Amino acid sequence: MFAYIVRRLLYAIPILIGVNLLTFVLFFVVNSPDDMAVSQLGAKYVTPEAIENWKAKNGYDKPLFYNDAAGGLDAVTETIFFAKSVRLFAFDFGRSESGRDISTDVRRRMGPSLAVALPTFIVGIGVNICVALMVVMFHATRLDRAAVIVFVALMSISYLFYIIGGQYLVAKTWRLVPISGFHADGQVWKFLLLPVLVGVVAGIGAGARWYRTLFLEEANQDYVRTARAKGCSELAVLFRHILPNALIPILTGVVVLVPMLFMGSLLIESFFGIPGLGSYMLDAINSQDFAIVRSMVFIGSILYIVGLILTDISYTWADPRVRLS
Amino acid sequence: MLRPFRSEWDAVQAPDNPDQRPAPRRRSLLLCACLLLTGCGDGPWNNPHPPPEEGKLTYYSVMSPAPPKHLDPAISYATDESLFLMQVYEPPLGYHFLKRPYELEPLGVEAMPSVTYLDAGGEPLPAERADEAAYSRYHLTVRADARYQPHPAFARTDDGAPRYRFDDPAEGRRYRQIGDFAHTGSRPVRAEDYAYAIKRLADPEAGSPMIGFMGRYIVGMEALTAELGDAPRDGWLDLRDFDLAGVEVLDDRNYTITINGRYPQFVYWLAMHFFSPVPAEVDAFFHNPGFTESNLTLDWWPVGSGPFMMVKNDPNSEIVLERNPNYHGDTYPSEGAPGDREKGLLADAGKAVPFIDRAEFRLEKAVLPLWTKFLQGYYDRSGEVHGNTNSVFDRAFVVGPEGLELADDLADHGITLSPDVKPGLYYYGFNMRDPVLGGYTEERRKLRRALQIAFDVEEYLNIFYKGNGIVAHSPIPPGIPGHKEGAEGINPYTHDWVDGEARRKPIEEARRLMVEAGYPNGRDARTGEPLKIFIDVQSQAISTTSMNWIDRAFSRIGVQVEFRPADWNRTREKLLTGNTQIFSHGWLADYPDPENFLFLLYGPESPLVCNCDGTNNASYERPEYDALFEAMRVEPPGPARDAMVARMVDMYREDAVWLYAYYPKDVYLNNAWVQNTKRHGISKNTLKYLRIDPELRVAKRRQWNQPVTWPLYAGTALIIALLLPGVIAYRRRQRATAR
Repeated sequence: MFAYIVRRLLYAIPILIGVNLLTFVLFFVVNSPDDMAVSQLGAKYVTPEAIENWKAKNGYDKPLFYNDAAGGLDAVTETIFFAKSVRLFAFDFGRSESGRDISTDVRRRMGPSLAVALPTFIVGIGVNICVALMVVMFHATRLDRAAVIVFVALMSISYLFYIIGGQYLVAKTWRLVPISGFHADGQVWKFLLLPVLVGVVAGIGAGARWYRTLFLEEANQDYVRTARAKGCSELAVLFRHILPNALIPILTGVVVLVPMLFMGSLLIESFFGIPGLGSYMLDAINSQDFAIVRSMVFIGSILYIVGLILTDISYTWADPRVRLS
Repeated sequence: MLRPFRSEWDAVQAPDNPDQRPAPRRRSLLLCACLLLTGCGDGPWNNPHPPPEEGKLTYYSVMSPAPPKHLDPAISYATDESLFLMQVYEPPLGYHFLKRPYELEPLGVEAMPSVTYLDAGGEPLPAERADEAAYSRYHLTVRADARYQPHPAFARTDDGAPRYRFDDPAEGRRYRQIGDFAHTGSRPVRAEDYAYAIKRLADPEAGSPMIGFMGRYIVGMEALTAELGDAPRDGWLDLRDFDLAGVEVLDDRNYTITINGRYPQFVYWLAMHFFSPVPAEVDAFFHNPGFTESNLTLDWWPVGSGPFMMVKNDPNSEIVLERNPNYHGDTYPSEGAPGDREKGLLADAGKAVPFIDRAEFRLEKAVLPLWTKFLQGYYDRSGEVHGNTNSVFDRAFVVGPEGLELADDLADHGITLSPDVKPGLYYYGFNMRDPVLGGYTEERRKLRRALQIAFDVEEYLNIFYKGNGIVAHSPIPPGIPGHKEGAEGINPYTHDWVDGEARRKPIEEARRLMVEAGYPNGRDARTGEPLKIFIDVQSQAISTTSMNWIDRAFSRIGVQVEFRPADWNRTREKLLTGNTQIFSHGWLADYPDPENFLFLLYGPESPLVCNCDGTNNASYERPEYDALFEAMRVEPPGPARDAMVARMVDMYREDAVWLYAYYPKDVYLNNAWVQNTKRHGISKNTLKYLRIDPELRVAKRRQWNQPVTWPLYAGTALIIALLLPGVIAYRRRQRATAR
C-alpha cells in the first residue's frame, strides 16, 4: 500500500502543475496585471507611475510565461507564472494582492468552515442513510413512491431557495435563531443551527434517493434473503447486512469530500456570514485577488487528490478483498 | 395501509427473535425536549451579538458588502475604508459636521493653514502678485493637546528603548493581535509625524496611489521617490533620514508644505487621510520581523489620535473601534445649516463627544440578513442604502408628494431616514471623437441634444431608482459652489422652466432636432441607413429591463440602440483607447470644489491625450473651456471664479457632452434610538457625533424579537407523524406469525 500511495502522490505533481497553469491562463485571459493594479489602487488619479510601482512591488512587472529579454533558463524562470507558481509547491502562499498573509488567513478561516461543514456532512449522511433505509424497508409501497416524489421535488429546488427560505422562516418570521453571523468566542452553536439545518435538508433529496438506489440493489441479494431466513430483524438486516455491503459506492462519493470540508461552502458561508474559506474564495474572485484564487485552487486540488487517495484506502477497509498495489 | 417491503422469507421470522428489539419508545419525546431547550437563555434567542461589555455604550452597524482592503492612510483610497480611517486618524483639516455648503475647519492643527506665495527663487510674493507664484507654501501648527492612542509601538523599557523591537522573526510571530501586547504607551502628536506621513506617500515600498499625483505638486516628491526606490533596504527604512524639499519641520508643532505653482484646492487634500500623522516608531514597530505573517501591519492596524482606536480587526467578520482614552476631546457643533435646529440636530450643541464608547461593524454580504437584523433592532443603522429596486430595501420606501418617504410599517417602527445627495455624478458620456456622434459642428450638437431629450431621465430615475437621484443639468452637484437651483440652473437645451419647475422638452423637439441634424425619423438623410448607437455599459451595473427601457426611449425618435455590456476592466480598456461611442461612468468628489467636477471635461485629462487613466473620458476638447479651467483652478473663490464656472457649465450644455447625468441620492435608515444622523457627503469623520438611547434600544429589541415557538412543536409533531406509520407497520410486521 505504501508504494501505491507514493505513486499516487507522484502522479499528483503533474496534476497540480496543470491545474495551476489552467488557473493562471483563465485568470489572465480576463485580467491583466494593469487591471489588477487599478483594482487595488482605486479608480481615481491612478497614474502610470503608480501602476508600474504596484506591479513592481507585487511581482507583476515581468512577462507572463516567456521572458524574451532574459536568456537561457531565465527566459522561463523570470516570468510571473514561474515566480508565482513555484512557491506554491513549498506551501508558501505568500501575500494577497491587498497585502495580507494568505497562510494565516487560511488557517484562521478553516475553523469556521469546518464548524459548519463537518456537522452538515455528518448529520447529512446519517439522515440520508436512515431515510433511505427506511424507504427501502417499505419498497414498492405507497410510502416508497411518495418518498421518491418528495426526493425528486427536494432535488429540484434551488439551494438558494433553501437558504433564503430558511432564513426567512426560521430567523426572520419565527425569530428562533440569528439570521446570520458567527462568533467563535460566543455561543457559536446558535449561529450553526440554521446553516446546518439548511445544508442537511437541502441534501436529503439527492442523498437519500441515491442511497435508496444503492440499498435496493443490495436488498435483493441472496445474503439478505439468508439473513432474513436466519430470523434477523429488519433493522438488523438493514444496518448489519445491507449497509456494510453498500459501503463501496457510498465511500466513493463520500470520502473524497472529507478533505474538501476544509474548503467550506461558497453559498452557505456568504449568506450566513460565516467567515470561512468558501467566502474567502468568493471575495477573492470578486476583488480580482489572483494570489488568493491561485492559492485556494491549489489547496483545493491537493485536498481533492488526498480525498481520492483516502477513498482508495477506505475500499480496503470496507471490503477486505480489495488490495492496493 | 402501508405495507412494508417483504421477501418470501419474511413469513418465517419469529416474533420473539432476540434481534427484534423494539425501538426506544420515547425518542420523539427526547427530540421534543431538545428542541424546547434550543436557545434557552436571557433575552431574545436571535440576538446575533455577544453580550456587550459592562458599562460600554456600543453602536452596531455594518460593513457591506465587502470588508476594507487597506487601512494604511497612505494606501487606502476607498469610501468604505474611510469609514474606519477617519475615526482613528486626524488629518490636519476636517469638515464641519452640519454646515452646508461643506466647510473646512481645523482638525489636527490649531488653525487653518496660512499660505505664502513664492517666486522661482523662493522669495515671498505680495498677495497682489500671487498669480506669478512659482510655489505655494502652507504653514501648519499642530494642536498642542493631540496625543496618540495607547499602542505597543510607543511602549518603552525602563531605559527608554522601544519595548517591542525584534531581530528574530520567531519573537514577532508570538503576537497575533494588537491586543496580545502587554505594554502600551503614548506620546503627543508632533509635526515630524505629519512630515513622515508625506514621505511615506513618496515611498514606492508603501505603494500609495498618490505616488504619481502628489509628486506633481509637492516639491521634491518625485526626487524622493527615485531616491527611496534606489535605497538599500534591510527591514525598516527610517524615512527621517531622507529629505523632502517640499516639507520642512520647523519645530515640534510647526511644519510647512511647499507645492509647485498655485493649487488652492490643496487645502482639501489636507482634509484627507493621506496627510494624517504617522509616527516613525509606529512604522518601525510594524516592520518587526515576523509581524507580517500575522497580518500585524499598519495596513490593518491604524494608529492615530482620533476619537476612536481599532481594537479588533477581523475583516472576515467584524471590525471594532473603541473610544480613544487619549483623545483631546471635542464638542458637538452649535451651528448648522438652515433647518438643522428644527430637526433637532443642534440639541446636543456644546456637549462633549464622542457619545458612544464602542462601535462594532459586522460584515454583511447578503441583503436579507442585513435588512432583517436592522428591522429586529440589532443594527442601529442600516448602512448605505442605494435606490436600486432590486434591493430588499426597496420596500422601505414610497415616493410621496415630498419625494422619498418611508413605508408606513417602517415609520410605525420609529425608523427615520437620512437621505443625502452625494457630491457625485453618474452619467452616460458621448465619445466626442466618435465619427457619428462626436464633433463640434451644429449638426452633431443637435443630434446629441435630440438624444438627450429623448432620454427621459426623470422617468428613468423614478422607475429604476425609485426617485433616488436628481437630474443633473450641469456637472456640478448640489452643495458644491457653482451649482444653481431654479430657472437659472436648468439646461435650456433639454428643459424649459414651466410653472416653477423644470420640464423636459417634448419629444417633438427631439424629432425636429433629428431632422436638422440630418437624421429625419432616425435615418441618415444621405444614405437612408437607420442610425444605430452603441452604448458600453458595465454588465453588473445595468439590468435587461433598463436596457429595454432605453431602447424604447430612443425608438421614439427612430434611433436603434445596441448595448455592449462588459466588465470594468474591458470598459476601462475601451475608454483608454477611445474605442467607444457612448459609455457609462461615475464620479464621486474628493473635495467640494467645482474644479473637482469640471476637470471631468478638461482636454488634457482625456485618456487619449495624457495616455493615462484620465478623467475626461468623453475626450471633450474645447480650447476656450481648457483656458477657463486653467484660470479657474487657481482663482480664489469670488464672483470672477463663479463667472468662469458658469461659462464652463454653459459650454458643457451647448456641446451636449453627456447623454444624461444624475446626482445619486443615498439613504441611511436609522432606528428610533439613534440621533444626530445627518449625513456628510465628503467626510466620514462623523461617528463621534452619533448619540444612542440604550434603554429604548433594549426595550424595542425585546418587543420585536419574541420567538415564535409553535413551529418547534409543529415540527416535532410532523416528524412523529412521518415516522409513526412506518414504526407501526414495522412493529406489526415483526410481530406477524408465519403464514
